[in-house]
Amino acid sequence: MREELVNTATALLDEDPRVAVVLADISSDLFDGAARRHPDRVINVGIREQLLLGVTGGLAKTGLRPIAHTYAPFLVERAFEQIKLDLDHQGGGAVLVSVGASYDAARSGRTHQAPGDVALIDTLSDWTVHVPGHPDEVGPLLREAVGRDGSSYLRLSTESNAAPHDGYGLVPIRHGRAATVVAVGPMLDPVLAAAEGLDVTVAYTHTPRPFDRAGLRALVSGTDAATVVLVEPYLAGTSASQVADALVAVPHRLLSLGVGRTDPRRYGTPADHARLHGLTPDQLRRAIGELLPA
Amino acid sequence: MHATYMTEIKTSAERQAQTERLLALMSRLTGDEKHAPSATSTLDALWVLYDRVLRVSPQTVDDPERDLFLLSKGHGPAAFYAVLAAKGFIPLDWLDDVGDAGSRLGFHPDGTLIPGVEIGSGSLGHGLGLGVGMALGLRARGLWRPRVFVLLGDAELDEGSNHEAIAYAGATGLDSLTAVVIDNQSATHGWPGGIASRFAMNGWDTSTVDGRAWDALEHAFTTPHPGAPRVVVATVERKW
Repeated sequence: MREELVNTATALLDEDPRVAVVLADISSDLFDGAARRHPDRVINVGIREQLLLGVTGGLAKTGLRPIAHTYAPFLVERAFEQIKLDLDHQGGGAVLVSVGASYDAARSGRTHQAPGDVALIDTLSDWTVHVPGHPDEVGPLLREAVGRDGSSYLRLSTESNAAPHDGYGLVPIRHGRAATVVAVGPMLDPVLAAAEGLDVTVAYTHTPRPFDRAGLRALVSGTDAATVVLVEPYLAGTSASQVADALVAVPHRLLSLGVGRTDPRRYGTPADHARLHGLTPDQLRRAIGELLPA
Repeated sequence: MHATYMTEIKTSAERQAQTERLLALMSRLTGDEKHAPSATSTLDALWVLYDRVLRVSPQTVDDPERDLFLLSKGHGPAAFYAVLAAKGFIPLDWLDDVGDAGSRLGFHPDGTLIPGVEIGSGSLGHGLGLGVGMALGLRARGLWRPRVFVLLGDAELDEGSNHEAIAYAGATGLDSLTAVVIDNQSATHGWPGGIASRFAMNGWDTSTVDGRAWDALEHAFTTPHPGAPRVVVATVERKW
């Protein structure tokens, strides 16, 4: 997905004189060619994340459309007040693009993991959040985010589904009667494997914000029970309030699956961490199955 | 000799009258009859910027060619509001209900609510990074004329975010940027060796002046500094 980010951002720099890319060393070598062509619009501030966001805010105020990019914990968590104040409070917008996601860097440990990033973005107002599930989804989503006003967060991962999907709103992938399972981004394939043979609807989205509340109501009304399972590749329950708001008039059950809050203090692979957080197909199948009528 | 003497008297009298006018405006919003020096630490630098230096007026607040002034030190903005009112950016009667629910002026300024105010500030350490980004943005748009001035306090320099901006702006020679540091010696642990040295070692052009001396401030603000950002350290009375 990072390669698609670089390709698309480089093309946007060539096409649109408003676009700027702001970096804090990470991925900067991948933008060397673009930086030679656009030295004023490819800005590497060094290992300085507060300045990364401050500069992004200043560029936005002077009429540019900045794309700020670095590793997820450094982009969203390290300088969160700069996101809140230098972008939102100043009335400016930007596109933030992270790599690393929750545990792409399992071997690197907790310092390089940001399962709480989308929950933090949720404390702001009117952000669009894209969580692509396949590299082919990255380019179009980045283009649209840059073309919109306001602020967007793209959360890129080395985890990926086998194929790209349209994921605006909640897009049903298969239909069933007993429950509605919402899979965000790269959780779709594990969810589809888990749901094999179960009588459930599976819906996909690569854009959890704004959350497709009307779409969820429509999907739920097509099932026998208002039972919803959220499967998110970041902190479990991040979208629970969205589901609650969508179904405020509908007595319902909700199971929120995702990455746990506890620092597992384990290295290993992303697959190891999926298991630690209960997100393998077998674990998901058991969790979903317990909700279904016997 | 005689003529020079008369000019100084006249200038001094005018200056005194202008200061009285600004202090009276500040009193409208604070209710205080007299202001301690700490409340007016920024007043002279702000007045000189708006009266003699910044290419911005109430008619050009949206002009892409205007100079940008960023009040990073958003605490105690009474002097800032007084100068904005004196220069016609905001109506005088806005000074009478600062901080009320219906007021556009708060205890920290919100840039989206006040004509001519470029940023909202209050949380310390945000202005310089934003100013660096604005200077870069102007350059990327091919706007070479506008300059960016950022006003900070000496205690505000405690915030590490400033040092990220100081190092980067110096290393890249961002010469459309001027930082103004009002030094009332209020930083808890001080700045041994002087504030200007922190900037100088990062390649900034520096000047330390009497923060009450209008001509010296004007000279410091307008001295060319090609190839390097500039800091003007404006020294005023100690806060306590």
